[in-house]
Amino acid sequence: MSSPSDATAHDAHPHEHPSYVQHHFDTAAQQYDTAKLGMWVFIATEILMFGGLFVAYALMKAREPDVFIAGHHYLNKEMGALNTVVLLFSSLTAALAVRSSQLGKRNETSAWLVTTILCACVFLVVKYFEYSHKIEEGLLPGRYFGHPFFDMSAAPAFHEALPSRANMFFGLYFIMTGLHGLHVLIGMGILSWVLLRNIRGEFSAEYFTAVDLGALYWHLVDLVWIYLFPLLYLIG
Amino acid sequence: MSTHDEATLNTNYLTATKGWKSWAFTLDHKRIGLMYLVFVLAAFLAGGIFALLVRTELMSHGPTIVSGPTYNKLFTLHGAIMVFLFIIPSIPASLGNFILPIQLGAKDVAFPKLNLLSFYVYLCGATLTLLSIAHGSVDTGWTFYTPYSLQDPEAATKVLYMTLGVFVLGFSSILTGLNFLVSIHKLRAPGLTWTRLPLFIWGMYATSIMQVLATPVLAITLLMLVFERVFGLGIFDPKLGGDPILFQHFFWFYSHPAVYIMIVPGMAVVSELFATFSRRVIFGYFAVAMSSLGLALVGFIVWAHHMFTSGMSEFANMLFSALTFLVAIPSGVKVFNWTATLYKGSISFAPPMLYALAFLFLFTIGGLTGLFLGTLNTDIHLHDTYFVVAHFHYVMMGGTVIGFIGGLLYWWPKMTGKMYHFGGATVGAWLTFIGFNVTFLSQFVLGSRGMPRRYYDYLPEFESLHRVSTFGAYILASGLFTTAGVLIHSLAKGRAAGRNPWGSVALEWKTQTPPVFQNFEQTPIITKGPYDYHLASDEELVEDLYAPDAAE
Amino acid sequence: MNDTPSSQMPVALSAYAEDVDKVYYLIFWLSVVLFVGIMAAAAYFAISGKRKPGVRAEPTGHHMILELGWTVAPVFILAYLFWVGWKGYLDMSMVPPNALEVRGRAFQWGWDFEYPNGVHSKELKAPLGKPVKMILSSNDVLHAFFVPQFRIKRDTVPGIYATTWFEANKLGEADIFCAEYCGGKGEGDTATGHWAMIGKVKIMPAADFDKFLKEGNGPKEGETVPDWGKRLYADKNCAGCHSTDGAVGAGPSWKGLFGRTEVMSDETKLLADENYIRESILEPQAHIVKGFGPVMPSYKGILQDKEIDAIISYMKTLK
Repeated sequence: MSSPSDATAHDAHPHEHPSYVQHHFDTAAQQYDTAKLGMWVFIATEILMFGGLFVAYALMKAREPDVFIAGHHYLNKEMGALNTVVLLFSSLTAALAVRSSQLGKRNETSAWLVTTILCACVFLVVKYFEYSHKIEEGLLPGRYFGHPFFDMSAAPAFHEALPSRANMFFGLYFIMTGLHGLHVLIGMGILSWVLLRNIRGEFSAEYFTAVDLGALYWHLVDLVWIYLFPLLYLIG
Repeated sequence: MSTHDEATLNTNYLTATKGWKSWAFTLDHKRIGLMYLVFVLAAFLAGGIFALLVRTELMSHGPTIVSGPTYNKLFTLHGAIMVFLFIIPSIPASLGNFILPIQLGAKDVAFPKLNLLSFYVYLCGATLTLLSIAHGSVDTGWTFYTPYSLQDPEAATKVLYMTLGVFVLGFSSILTGLNFLVSIHKLRAPGLTWTRLPLFIWGMYATSIMQVLATPVLAITLLMLVFERVFGLGIFDPKLGGDPILFQHFFWFYSHPAVYIMIVPGMAVVSELFATFSRRVIFGYFAVAMSSLGLALVGFIVWAHHMFTSGMSEFANMLFSALTFLVAIPSGVKVFNWTATLYKGSISFAPPMLYALAFLFLFTIGGLTGLFLGTLNTDIHLHDTYFVVAHFHYVMMGGTVIGFIGGLLYWWPKMTGKMYHFGGATVGAWLTFIGFNVTFLSQFVLGSRGMPRRYYDYLPEFESLHRVSTFGAYILASGLFTTAGVLIHSLAKGRAAGRNPWGSVALEWKTQTPPVFQNFEQTPIITKGPYDYHLASDEELVEDLYAPDAAE
Repeated sequence: MNDTPSSQMPVALSAYAEDVDKVYYLIFWLSVVLFVGIMAAAAYFAISGKRKPGVRAEPTGHHMILELGWTVAPVFILAYLFWVGWKGYLDMSMVPPNALEVRGRAFQWGWDFEYPNGVHSKELKAPLGKPVKMILSSNDVLHAFFVPQFRIKRDTVPGIYATTWFEANKLGEADIFCAEYCGGKGEGDTATGHWAMIGKVKIMPAADFDKFLKEGNGPKEGETVPDWGKRLYADKNCAGCHSTDGAVGAGPSWKGLFGRTEVMSDETKLLADENYIRESILEPQAHIVKGFGPVMPSYKGILQDKEIDAIISYMKTLK
């Protein structure tokens, strides 16, 4: 058995560590690989979670295709398309942020991150208008569909024209876009935190893990929407 | 926590830092593992008390101690607490958290902060579950089958709390799995190649894959259930046009892999025990390692065998029956390899080994009785009877819980630095083993004779076997309490344990007892397989049960 | 081996029960052999290899043939088990074309069976030696129709018809259990639930069965209408909640109920006349007498008009 003092003498590792490498990693590369693998695994769980919703969607659509077709006419394709473009663009800017971070260009990184976050805001504002429209028109999930609680006098009286199960379609619409919207919010939070750290100067050409992972997460958010948009808006 | 100085990093992790904050905000995987252990054992106690109440109620025909609806709540709580709060986190989150990084020769898991987060998420989930009890508790069974779970408007809040609790617990499980998966990939010590990984690590690896891939499906299922309750979407509720069978598919898509999330860690632990106490390399090491991955894979494609009577098409039933038989192959491979490991070994019957042998006995029964349930026409008769109850208790309790206790006794000296009383632990093991068999063998017969599960009351002809089963449950409880007593006694009065009490060559026994804060004073360099007893010197195999200065 | 309950199986009363038992005992003995073999080997290895001072374990070798053997050999056994189970299952799923159709309705918490001529019964009557096709449905949540003596089980799913069949091949009585958990309610003696869905199958000679069908649709020979109502009171589970002697159960006692003015849970007053009682049977939640919970299931589709009339005439006799 070696005494503690012997061990300290031999164990020189902590002194070689740059400040950004946590104590349980040996090298910066190991820490980077670890973080990256962690994010990929996390993305796998996210995909399976959305996967469950997509399966529910597919099964319900196979059972009641008419309901989905009838329901989707009441979604605003233009706004959906606008949001798709916005998110695709934000994915590009997120990737550019990683690129500038790898090159050690701090201000450029900040600029791209701000652009990405602004795109996310635009997405949510558009979503807000879409949602408020649906609420005004009473196109709500389940038993709240066409609910008298909301002032329906202004809404066109098309509820009779929709099949009674349209409430299920709008239920799925709200769960799927709602969960996605929540991910947009979380993504904004992550990117803002990354931005803050970037401004503080924590990143460099050697250490840009958080920028990379934040962008990776943002691509996932984008990817989910790329599936949601045609499945909900463009099925007719 | 990287700010600790060298001296702190190289002292006993239990005493390296002090004060409640040093525990509540610790990032040390060993402390987090211990905190998990405390809560997991508390959940085991709670679930066990509910089990004893259930068994006592069933002792006699007719009402015995509680009313029917109370009984429904008792077995729901027993099931939900045991599955979600105890068995799923038991081995991975407590023993795994403690041992896995040490076996990897790492200083910690890959993401220590996520590890602590996972612990607090677990506490949140447990609190939500408790809130549902405070509101009068749920009586849906742990499966939450629709439409019953959607039926009673008065039960809305309770069901909501319970579902959200399980939802949150799922995230804790995902975080643990993610952490382990990445740690195993990226934090192995120099020289620790994939074929030199201990089988415990292989088991944890397979478990983590399942946790990461299956749990999110449960999460989304429960979320849809919550939405169904709150908004009435009409996905699962037939009254609104939904399909209750869809819920079962979703539920079992998670919960079948969950069965393997529970049993594979048990197998992982006993693989270590067989190697240490036989002093041999596990026979067919590679086959045993791969069979864990095999179980993980097959676990994803057999979920609908819980639904043979639900009205699925004949084709689906055929398919899932055929796939289900695949499970038997990796399970059989493990049993055969463990048995062969004993051959010409140097067998010690120390308490942990008794649990490994009990595991072999009980898991073999659990596995073989699975054949009756995979076979279609016998399953039609046996489905949802006590036969199924007995079968999964043999696997879950006879397998996982026995493996858990075996692992706890095995690593206890390393974790706490204290050695327990062997005689007491041996008595506890025998009482548990005998009590368990009395409790559940009788339930196989009850089931094949037609006794349905989840019955508060039954026909008089089933009474005698129910009595036997209840009597067995009391023996089982006495065994578990004896073991608990022995361990608690060791904490208070036990002698300090030595560095390597079992004479093992495994890596975790090379570090100090209890380990230092950063696990190893120097990062170990691995040059041998995990069980290379034939290459070990005689000194390495000395069983230093007690620390030298404690010996008198 | 099937005339009396064997050690592990109840009496076999259906055509395919013996097949199920054969497969069951095949797996059972196979398991016993495997289990005893493995345990004997493990016990022998463990005891003979007990640790002795100075004796090291032999290094573990490799034995490819052994390992391949125990991986591949089970495949054949498993494939055979799958095959016999699947074959037996197909026999259980293919309904003979000439089967008598019986509707089974599961509700919280009881069973109702309806025969082709509209007769209902609580106890399932089955003719000997004639295939019976069960068309099962549920009024509320999941249940499962389980008759251990026939070795059949089928979930009843609300909104879906489930079918299964059996052919009773011996006279006798079999149990009906609900095998899918369906909850419970109430306190003390009036508590009922999943566990209370225990019913009976009465297997009768074909002639008796025909007689039952004829008589089931009205009062028996020599039975007055109020007496028929009294029999329905017992058969249709009314007795579980409603007493006839004034004792308060989960529902109001029928003693003196007819013609009385009752206070409802919304404080309105209603006369318990024919219309009110009919409504209470068909739509129990419409008006609930103050002090009672909304626990009664609807008997719509279970009681026919004539039967409701008979129950009302029986209630009139309970002064």
